[in-house]
Amino acid sequence: MSTVTLQHNRIELALHQLRPATGEGRPLLLLHGLGECSPTSVPHDVESWPGSIWGLDFTGHGESTIPVGGGYSAEVLLGDVDAAINHLGTVTLVGRGLGGYVALLAAGARVDAVHGAVITDGPGLTGGSYESSVPQSARLMDQGQIPDPYALHELSRDVRAADYALDFVQYSVANSDLAEPVNVSALYRPTWLAEVAAAPGVASLPLSDALNLYR
Amino acid sequence: MGITCSPLRTLRPLRSSLTQVESPRTFPGAVAPQRHYRVDADGVGIAVNEWGDERDPVLVMVHGGADFSRTFDVFAPLFAAAGWRVVAWDHRGHGDSDHTHLYSFEADLRDATRVLDAVAPRRPVAVLGHSKGGSILTSLAEAQPFRFRSFINLDGIPYRRPGPDLPEYQRADALNTEITGWLEHRRRSATGSRKPGTIEELARRRAQMNPRLSTEWLEYLVTVGAREDADGWRWKLDPSMRMGGFGPWKPEYGLFRLAGLGVPFLGVLVGADEPMGWGTKPHQVEKWMPRNGRLEYFDDLGHFIHIEQPKMVADMALEFLGAPA
Repeated sequence: MSTVTLQHNRIELALHQLRPATGEGRPLLLLHGLGECSPTSVPHDVESWPGSIWGLDFTGHGESTIPVGGGYSAEVLLGDVDAAINHLGTVTLVGRGLGGYVALLAAGARVDAVHGAVITDGPGLTGGSYESSVPQSARLMDQGQIPDPYALHELSRDVRAADYALDFVQYSVANSDLAEPVNVSALYRPTWLAEVAAAPGVASLPLSDALNLYR
Repeated sequence: MGITCSPLRTLRPLRSSLTQVESPRTFPGAVAPQRHYRVDADGVGIAVNEWGDERDPVLVMVHGGADFSRTFDVFAPLFAAAGWRVVAWDHRGHGDSDHTHLYSFEADLRDATRVLDAVAPRRPVAVLGHSKGGSILTSLAEAQPFRFRSFINLDGIPYRRPGPDLPEYQRADALNTEITGWLEHRRRSATGSRKPGTIEELARRRAQMNPRLSTEWLEYLVTVGAREDADGWRWKLDPSMRMGGFGPWKPEYGLFRLAGLGVPFLGVLVGADEPMGWGTKPHQVEKWMPRNGRLEYFDDLGHFIHIEQPKMVADMALEFLGAPA
């Protein structure tokens, strides 16, 4: 595994190459779930991907910078993915949990650079709702640890609004070369994700089939 | 597959200067804070300003987005003279507070609790918020009501998103334009700095956001909200911050919280349309008013009502607050 360091505003991000390309094709970028980090080797269920395979550590996770004093949102992590896209060029995304939601945001925000986004199960998939997001501010005692406790605290409650998620689906479907640029492989589907999965232009294939679709 | 998650990089906060130099400009009624200190908010240094006798009851003032606590230089002394210890701070990335790595509404809220813990721990205080400061306090009042004695919200009650109302089919396009603009900014912002200029030039730039405020006031603001470098004045606001924004948050979330306020509440709305204003009208808010609520509307005044008419607004607020003790 080799690692490159990318700059996203004042954050240094660790982007790991898990395996060079074994054939023709674009890079596959893996996005981890909340509280996780990039795997250090290629997960078996994406081994068939012919292009290079990469994993990104989000802000406050893995080997990336721990910011001072929190302030996380899924949109900040979208900026992390954008830094990786800026380095890798057009990619296919596979995200676990929170990483799956961020993959959807990237599919809508950078249509030309995201050739398919796969949302799979994992930590942080559900997120928060308005009702559960009353902001509290208890002092977090284990600051400076990896993963950043502020990331866990804030991103587990980051609001998932179905209409907002659907805006990203709509833009991706309307502007992508793919007929179905978003794929929901997750077995568990919180409300926002159930609405995404039911939207026109969203496939619901198992991961292996989705990768065949996007390779 | 193997997973190792090991720490590699923790950055220090980006300290900003706390030194206060005497302003080269004056403005009628403007008084520099009597006390100036820093509160540690989970590693982020928050600059706090105070006016009035420190033995007097606390009145907290929270500024709006892209502003800073010295915008209260005329307004706050009117309350100090009436027996209040006015406490105001610069939000992270604003004024003399630290520039940091991430910014969010929730982080602003947490920073607010750190200042309140420092000046009035577990004690209810009177609070006044302008614009985003009013929104911060509305959320905090639901999360931590024990901190509140009474609450004044100056044009900080959003009803809809700023910008034009768009039909459904255009909304995703507009969102994408906003997001790609933000992402492009993020690609450049690590090394960005604010554009330098003369006091007059910075005041003219700010007039685009504050079209109803006098040149004399805006030039005074430059001297307390910008720093003088060798090549000119620069606003202290962190250049990595960007106006606008997007996300799943909806303005009506604040309205729902308004209804649950349990302390005396004074809401102030204005009629003049301005770039920084929400444009909220009384009929949009009235049905969400709390039981202890009062709503005032000034059709011919703008978003910065406390700067346009400091004496009138202070008199109204002081009457609402009652005796400080």
